[in-house]
Amino acid sequence: MPLFEAVRLALATIRAQKLKSSFTLLGVTIGVMFLIAVVSIVEGMSKYMEEDFAGRLLGVNTFTLHRFPWFNGNVTEEMWREWQRRPRIYYSDLRTVTSVLPPGTRYAVESQDNVRAISPYARVRQVDAHAVDGDYFTIKHYDLTSGRTFTQQELQLGTTSMVIGSEVASYFFPNLDPLGRELKIGGIPYTIIGVIARQGTLFGLSLDKMVIAPYKSPLHRLTNPKGDVDGILVQSPSELAMNDAMEQVREVMRGQRHLRPAVPDNFAMETSQSALTFIMKLKRMLMVAGTALPAIGLVVGGLVIMNIMLVAVAERTREIGIRKALGAKRRDILSQFLVEAATLSTLGAVIGIVAGAAIAFAIAKLSPLPTHVALWSVIMATLLGTTVGVVAGVYPASRASRLDPIAALRQE
Amino acid sequence: MRNTDEYPISTTEEREAVVATAGAAPEEDWVIVTRGLKREYDMGGEVVRALRGVDLAIRRNEYVAIMGPSGSGKSTLMNLIGCLDTPNDGEYWLNGQLVSAMSDDQLARVRNKEIGFVFQTFNLLPRATALHNVELPLVYAGVPGEERRRRAEEALERVQLGARMLHKPNELSGGQRQRVAIARALVNRPSILLADEPTGNLDSTTSEEIMKVFEELADQGQTVIMVTHEPDIAAHARRVIVLRDGVIASDDKRSAFTQKVGL
Repeated sequence: MPLFEAVRLALATIRAQKLKSSFTLLGVTIGVMFLIAVVSIVEGMSKYMEEDFAGRLLGVNTFTLHRFPWFNGNVTEEMWREWQRRPRIYYSDLRTVTSVLPPGTRYAVESQDNVRAISPYARVRQVDAHAVDGDYFTIKHYDLTSGRTFTQQELQLGTTSMVIGSEVASYFFPNLDPLGRELKIGGIPYTIIGVIARQGTLFGLSLDKMVIAPYKSPLHRLTNPKGDVDGILVQSPSELAMNDAMEQVREVMRGQRHLRPAVPDNFAMETSQSALTFIMKLKRMLMVAGTALPAIGLVVGGLVIMNIMLVAVAERTREIGIRKALGAKRRDILSQFLVEAATLSTLGAVIGIVAGAAIAFAIAKLSPLPTHVALWSVIMATLLGTTVGVVAGVYPASRASRLDPIAALRQE
Repeated sequence: MRNTDEYPISTTEEREAVVATAGAAPEEDWVIVTRGLKREYDMGGEVVRALRGVDLAIRRNEYVAIMGPSGSGKSTLMNLIGCLDTPNDGEYWLNGQLVSAMSDDQLARVRNKEIGFVFQTFNLLPRATALHNVELPLVYAGVPGEERRRRAEEALERVQLGARMLHKPNELSGGQRQRVAIARALVNRPSILLADEPTGNLDSTTSEEIMKVFEELADQGQTVIMVTHEPDIAAHARRVIVLRDGVIASDDKRSAFTQKVGL
């Protein structure tokens, strides 16, 4: 019997027993549904990371100088203790670093903490304060909707001028033009000179709650009271130049800290690439963990199908007898039940894919998690569904095919 | 009922001549030849000898009834003739092919091509329409869709069910169901129509109706073999074989049979 014919027969049988079939499908459907949902979330996250996060937060051809790496899985206690013993990166290191940077290289200093702010128009609220220096806005790709960024003089003098995020603007200055108005942080009023265009959210955290002031302004006393900085950002015009600059900075930092050749660096330099490597590692772990559970669901779904197919063979013994009497070979009966199991299971998988995609869509809409239904996961889930059906159908189908036609016909 | 003796049937001498030479392929005219057919069952250690050596020869176009009380071995013989079972010993030639030496799949092919079954309980697929039921043997014969449908429609029209093709078995009367089964049996143009108690589940009026269909088929040249335990049904056939204790007890023309049983 041709495959097309067998599938049509299987669909007719499934249609004739809608309720029973839908229960049979349930296991596979739920397994596939979760599989698709989980894979979509992991894919969505990593896609977002790859396309947006790494580039946007770390910048292209940019490296950062930190006290210890920010992107690192499996931090042992030993590593952590070693990191805590390291000297901090101070604002004074900026001069050391910039002294060796080739022309055309941008740099910035960043120092961040959550602080409380207040304006005459709104109550106290936490904001994300950054005390910065250098080409911070250029490296971060922050565009302003109004106003301007800091001038060289403002940065050098450490004036109390401030650039704010769009959410800060709308909260502290509702229906007002914030430019020229004042925001009070730590008892000191800062004059708003610019508003940054909306940045959106990252995993549900608003990226528009920042307030930015020159490093030398009093703000740095709140963000980093000990005179240190979170990191120094360096952006080169090309990847090659970046690698070059990294080596230069490493050399000058080691020299300044009097590190002997055999001693490892006591500072960390990270690029968006190292962040991506970490993210990829995380993604693989999530994929394994996230697909293992639904896979168990699929196995259970397969067992359900096997069970139901065994029942179907028992129930339809007479039908098998009739078919055999009319000339069905073993292979015909075998393929009929195999195709039926596979069709059931594939149908279950297809429903699961639709449901899983719907869940992924709902998650993307209702929660901060980005999701992405990857084509490969849809194809894989379909094939997986078919495979589960075929595997689950082998035993019942071979039992059906071996039935003795006389005994089968005699059965009531 | 017409007088049977106007129909030519094989004579005892002719049959004995065909059966005599073991191992020889019979002439084309003989659609069924069995030589020393034996079938034993092992029923929990006890061997039941259902058939103890049946020599049988049936010529093309004969209309034969196989009769016998229960336990006489007629069901076993029917299963063997229908290629649903294989003998322990002896030869079975169906339409020139030595069936007794065939594998399961070869038997399935022979059932498909050579035999049209009609069962007591109709054995139609309950969820399929009459048309689809009739198409079934053609599906396993590998006949493509359109031709299949055309041939199934023809077969149904032949049994006057052209108007009920798309009904399911439970929407049909007993007689109609049996006619669907007959259409299904005939659709592959088999060498023999093998009916097992075809009227067992029908009332007497409907039984007559079905017997009339068989009569017409026999008139058109179809070889019909009918297994029954009812003498008045057997009396519709033109030759009646009576089995007793696993061997053929008698093999008569209809007239001789009816005289014997006093019909």
